[in-house]
Amino acid sequence: MSPERITFGGRLLPAALIAPQLLIVGLFFYWPAVQAVWQSFQMQDAFGLSTEFVWFENYRALFTDPAYYQALVTTLVFAAAVAGLSLGFALLLATMADREIRGSGIYRTLLIWPYAVAPAVAGVLFGFLFQPGLGLIARGLNQIGIPWNPLLDGNHAMILVVMAAAWKQVSYNFLFFLAGLQAIPRSVIEAAAIDGAGPARRFWTVVFPLLSPTTFFLMVVNVVYAFCETFGVIDVLTHGGPGRATQTLVYKVYQDGRIGADLGGSAAQSVVLMAIVIGLTAIQFRYVEKRVAY
Amino acid sequence: MAPTTTIRIALAGLSLAVAATPALAVTELQWWHAMTGANNDAVNRLAEEFNASQSDYKVVPTYKGNYGETLNAGIAAFRAGTAPHIMQVFEVGTATMMSAKGAVKPVYQLMKDAGEPFDPNAYLPAITGYYSTTKGEMLSFPFNSSSMVMWANLDALKAIGLSEPPKTWPELFAAAKKLTQTGFPNCGFSTTWVTWLNIEQLSAWHNVPVATKANGMDGLDTTLEINGPLQVKHLTNLAEAQKDKSFDYSGRYDSGFGRFTAGECPIMFGSSGSYGNVKGAAKFAWASAPMPYYPDVPGAPQNSIIGGASLWVMGGKKPDEYKGVAKFFSFLSDTDRQAKLHQTTGYMPITKAAYEKSKADGFYAKNPALEVPIKELTNKTPTENSRGLRLGNLPQMRDLWAEEIEATLAGKKTAKQALDEAATRGNAMLRQFEKQAGR
Repeated sequence: MSPERITFGGRLLPAALIAPQLLIVGLFFYWPAVQAVWQSFQMQDAFGLSTEFVWFENYRALFTDPAYYQALVTTLVFAAAVAGLSLGFALLLATMADREIRGSGIYRTLLIWPYAVAPAVAGVLFGFLFQPGLGLIARGLNQIGIPWNPLLDGNHAMILVVMAAAWKQVSYNFLFFLAGLQAIPRSVIEAAAIDGAGPARRFWTVVFPLLSPTTFFLMVVNVVYAFCETFGVIDVLTHGGPGRATQTLVYKVYQDGRIGADLGGSAAQSVVLMAIVIGLTAIQFRYVEKRVAY
Repeated sequence: MAPTTTIRIALAGLSLAVAATPALAVTELQWWHAMTGANNDAVNRLAEEFNASQSDYKVVPTYKGNYGETLNAGIAAFRAGTAPHIMQVFEVGTATMMSAKGAVKPVYQLMKDAGEPFDPNAYLPAITGYYSTTKGEMLSFPFNSSSMVMWANLDALKAIGLSEPPKTWPELFAAAKKLTQTGFPNCGFSTTWVTWLNIEQLSAWHNVPVATKANGMDGLDTTLEINGPLQVKHLTNLAEAQKDKSFDYSGRYDSGFGRFTAGECPIMFGSSGSYGNVKGAAKFAWASAPMPYYPDVPGAPQNSIIGGASLWVMGGKKPDEYKGVAKFFSFLSDTDRQAKLHQTTGYMPITKAAYEKSKADGFYAKNPALEVPIKELTNKTPTENSRGLRLGNLPQMRDLWAEEIEATLAGKKTAKQALDEAATRGNAMLRQFEKQAGR
């Protein structure tokens, strides 16, 4: 847009300016990532007393394990459900809070609060509500004749972790959607209203397309969140069970690496997970971004 | 992207911070443990008493999180070269510690090197058996031991005409059915630690193996035998009872124990270490009783196996430090001290003398619930099948077994299918452990 670009002369100054950033990224992302790749080719006992370079054996073990494919499918279902639910719900709330209503500031603040809750705490909260024998809502459901039992019913468990994980993310999405909505010029909407468009039509033909950059950004963030940051919720609520119904890829990494002390296998899983997330993000930018109007 | 690496770095940093205490004239001995609440107080009191009793050594206890976290912290610290002297490790971590040759110093060796008087026969064999080689060499020092007992709501049992808890599994299933029809529609009986009761304790209690090679005590090349006729029959019964809730599943770990104290489940299997919890929270007449058995199994009941934790001595320390650790263990074995520890924490006495003393004190007359686990453990001389388990990766193995049990209880698999699958998947895990640790 603007033809005037500020440039720094020489090579030293730009290098010095960018160095801290590169250092931090290198130290906290590239170095552990390279370590993980290196470790994924090794087999090691828990205490690190003996290490053997095993080439692709960890990967072979992974790709011949039916449980791994099951975890992959579970993850896809989980991520789609979490992203869909949290985006949809946040958009609904943001549209509501964007209206000219008394006390909207209070509503907005309250809606942002849950984001400050740690995933594990969110898990505990949902546990209190939905755990059979313990939870208020679970008892209520059972009393009205719905046999709610996430301890044994895999679908119930999935619904539970999706709800808890999505609830955590709704506030974050809400914040961005609200900012996006408020950036839309009122005049455009008013013009549409004068032309006779009803609220629904105004939303889908004017507001939603103008929100598409926000929606796209949030979609990427939500998918990455569901893939990588949800093991706290799963660990507290279901431990990946019942059976393996809620065992996602990232939870399996945690189980094998931390509980099972299988660092090589766990590192191999991390590498695959990293590849999947990078791939998904690339696909989103390559294909979905084309449909986004900035 | 690499949680394991990140966690390890964080833990290593943490352990460095702890280890960086100034050097003093007295030799400091780091003791990492996982005890909270009243048990944490007991740990601190033991350290204080020991430190006051002599001036050469100072035991410094540090709480490191739950059992799993303490073990991971110890492993990370060892890899960073800053391991503590003494580490409390839960019983299922035994195989991990034992196969870490060079990382640990066996207790029998420690006591011999330090010239401390040490008689392995002074300890209750049902407890030390878990932590000893098949030759009877004690590898770690037993600290807090418990076993699984049946906690029963006596008021509820009275209502169905029973004056005492059922003794056999058939009696228990029948009683549970009656209980669901008279005031307990959601739960006849339940259990915490679902695999501990229904696989590990069930097998030991009936003198049936969990795995070959004396449940893994004789070597890492062991295979699972959890899909035998007894285990299959028992899981079939459980799944049948789950249908009408005369058995109701309460999760893999012990978070469901509150269903007993809250009065929702009139019978609950759990650790004998829940004594304080039951005493404080239950608003009904209660008792603890031995686990039931199948009367058609010859020789049943055998003896139960322990839970809890033991103290491992880490390798690579100075002889003087080892001398201090050995002195501390002798101090812990003292009869009066053990008896007091047993009577205040509810954990098992580890020496025969401490048990005899508690009996002579009349402690069990007032606290009968605390003698039940000892009677279970010492019911018969432990056999190859009932001495304990030494299976690699047992913490994760339990999750794996629980997954299959859950599938059975949900009606997705038959007991036979599930246990076969659990054995196959578990064996793969054992082979993996053998490759990692056995070289």
